[in-house]
Amino acid sequence: MFEDLTAKLQGTFDRLAGKGKLNENDVKTAMREVKLALLEADVNFKVVKDLVARINERCIGAEVMKSLTPAQQVIKIVNEELIAILGDPGKLDLSGTPPQVIMLVGLQGSGKTTTAAKLASLLRKKKQRPLLVAADIYRPAAIAQLETLGKQLDIPVFSEGTAAAPPKIVAHALRQARQSANTVVILDTAGRLQIDEPMMRELEQVKERSHPAEILLVADAMTGQEAVNVAREFHKRVGLTGLILTKIDGDARGGAALSIRQVTGVPIKFTGTGEKLDALEPFYPDRMASRILGMGDMLTLIEKAEQAFDKEESAALEKRLRKGELDFEMFLSQLQQVKKMGSFSQILDLIPGISSIKNQLPQEVTDQQFKRIEAIISSMTLAERRNSRLLNASRKRRIARGSGTTVQEVNELLSQFRQMQRMMKNLGKMGGRGGGFQIPGLPL
Amino acid sequence: MVFSRAASIRDSLSRTRRSVFGQIAGLFGPGEVTEEFWEDLEELLIMADIGVDTTTALIAGLREDAVQRGMRRAEQVRGRLEERLVDILEASARPYLEGKRHLSVVLTVGVNGSGKTTSIAKLAKYHKDRGQRVMLAAGDTFRAAAIDQLKIWGDRVGVEVIASQPGGDPGAVVYDAIRASRSRGMDVLIIDTAGRLHTKYNLMQELKKVHGVAQKQVHRAPHETLLVLDATTGQNALSQAKVFKEAVKITGVVLAKLDGTAKGGMAFAIARDLELPIYFVGTGEKIEDLAEFDAHAFVDGLFEGD
Repeated sequence: MFEDLTAKLQGTFDRLAGKGKLNENDVKTAMREVKLALLEADVNFKVVKDLVARINERCIGAEVMKSLTPAQQVIKIVNEELIAILGDPGKLDLSGTPPQVIMLVGLQGSGKTTTAAKLASLLRKKKQRPLLVAADIYRPAAIAQLETLGKQLDIPVFSEGTAAAPPKIVAHALRQARQSANTVVILDTAGRLQIDEPMMRELEQVKERSHPAEILLVADAMTGQEAVNVAREFHKRVGLTGLILTKIDGDARGGAALSIRQVTGVPIKFTGTGEKLDALEPFYPDRMASRILGMGDMLTLIEKAEQAFDKEESAALEKRLRKGELDFEMFLSQLQQVKKMGSFSQILDLIPGISSIKNQLPQEVTDQQFKRIEAIISSMTLAERRNSRLLNASRKRRIARGSGTTVQEVNELLSQFRQMQRMMKNLGKMGGRGGGFQIPGLPL
Repeated sequence: MVFSRAASIRDSLSRTRRSVFGQIAGLFGPGEVTEEFWEDLEELLIMADIGVDTTTALIAGLREDAVQRGMRRAEQVRGRLEERLVDILEASARPYLEGKRHLSVVLTVGVNGSGKTTSIAKLAKYHKDRGQRVMLAAGDTFRAAAIDQLKIWGDRVGVEVIASQPGGDPGAVVYDAIRASRSRGMDVLIIDTAGRLHTKYNLMQELKKVHGVAQKQVHRAPHETLLVLDATTGQNALSQAKVFKEAVKITGVVLAKLDGTAKGGMAFAIARDLELPIYFVGTGEKIEDLAEFDAHAFVDGLFEGD
């Protein structure tokens, strides 16, 4: 479903290429692809319409039509426009007299409580003295959740149970913050629907009582078309100063970021990148733009690989590989490490330009191939794994039986494996690439 | 324009549903079917998170219908569109927990913040109201205070919650809960699990283990594995459903948080591509705000103008 926009545009222009110079209609065809790609990424329909109109104008402005590589030109323009809308990453402004208040708002389940704790931890690293305030008196155990997180981080949490009204709790928390010389107060408010009138009024009252320096909308990266309504309404009621996009460690394209930016104009200040309490990162507009366009995200791939692979093991392995010592044991361990990174198709998604190839490799096939290879190697004895020359016809038959495959499949793997051995040897002879971490070769 | 969802869903909705895009009200008026109409219709469907693929397929089908049946007026197309949408949902429909057994085990899964714990509480009440004996298993041992949250709900509904210490093994909780359910003659055991993004390999492996524990302890369990989806989720919902289905054989979907202005349109792609039934919708924050899924009411909610 998520085909690479580059590949699609390439296809469109290839079809048009035969007839010579491109005209405005050709650009229009390309714009249809751009539009669909953005809609598939959950960018709001209205936002897409405006954006595509602007991109269309720039494309017609000669840059594309005269180009020898129109697809790349269109991508470049789309990318630039996306980065422009996403804007520069925002910074927190806590320059006023302490304590400065940061108020987190958003829908239920967007990740406010976790984000509050992450933010407190980050600010403490920057020499602030944060106080967390449990102002969600509605969700069962929301206060306990913040208190638990506070304890884990050793950061104080102010709470008054569920009986007091949030505006009052917040006023008391501020008094406490002044007394104990906290420099930043982070308000964890209850999740609420933007159309819930009493709850939105409560938010206005919390704001009046605490005069926040920052009012941040916490939004889930998986949000669909609704993102626009949510952001617009919260912005109208309390005046947002920034956005935190959570759960971007999933595979959502995150078009909501674009929609919210466009509707509110406030900067994106952080992204939530994991469940651990240090997983709050700055926002990178260029990474986000490629992600929205489905153009892969090499940086994320590299990060994933770094998490999955044991560095020392990789280094030792690389040494042996250079000597041409590849055996099935190493092969299997590589395979298992790659599997730790996720399904084969998820990994492919992260590689730019690969999705056109991926369409020819249905996921079931590739993931099953992985499994089959694993089964074959697992059916070998240790001696066979270390020395593939031992594999005669009768051994191959046994392995095929043991792994539920055929002798032909065992032979196929063996010939692929020998090819790789030769390749590794040659690579080793060619001399080293520089040190440091490298992604070990995919065993296919 | 005021939107509302018919029948049971409408009754449980306390808040007014308004569309920001008022111009769609006129879309299905007595007007002619023009190119502009098709464009507006596309917009309506996309804005409801139905997704590009499903929308394109729907509109192509409707255009054919319009030619073959000589439909000239927009209101005729609307009728046909509703039929097609309802067809998609009903093709994958299945009764929830069909058949009789001593103990029904319901496993709930989903990404972080989708509304699992609240949905479980509502589901517990749903079963209790039907005279069944219900027990809950606090399988989310990871998130801070998740166990407390389920226990509070358990108290409110009046059902027992089996839990371990925070950080404990969720598989062990499920094992204990199944034994407790059996010895106390429970009819339904609902298992909560920690929210996890479907892209996290290790967490999905852990979920498979939990699923496996239930499978080993009770014949054909879990009898339902429910994916709880946030109705405000966009196209990623399909990816979630696909991966969770692969990992733990999802048998149905609970569409949570349908009380906002989000339309939950990705339910169509999930029904169409993955053949999963939508069993329930969450329609508010109160314990009784859970409605059995009604395809007609759901479709009406997409564009019914009052």
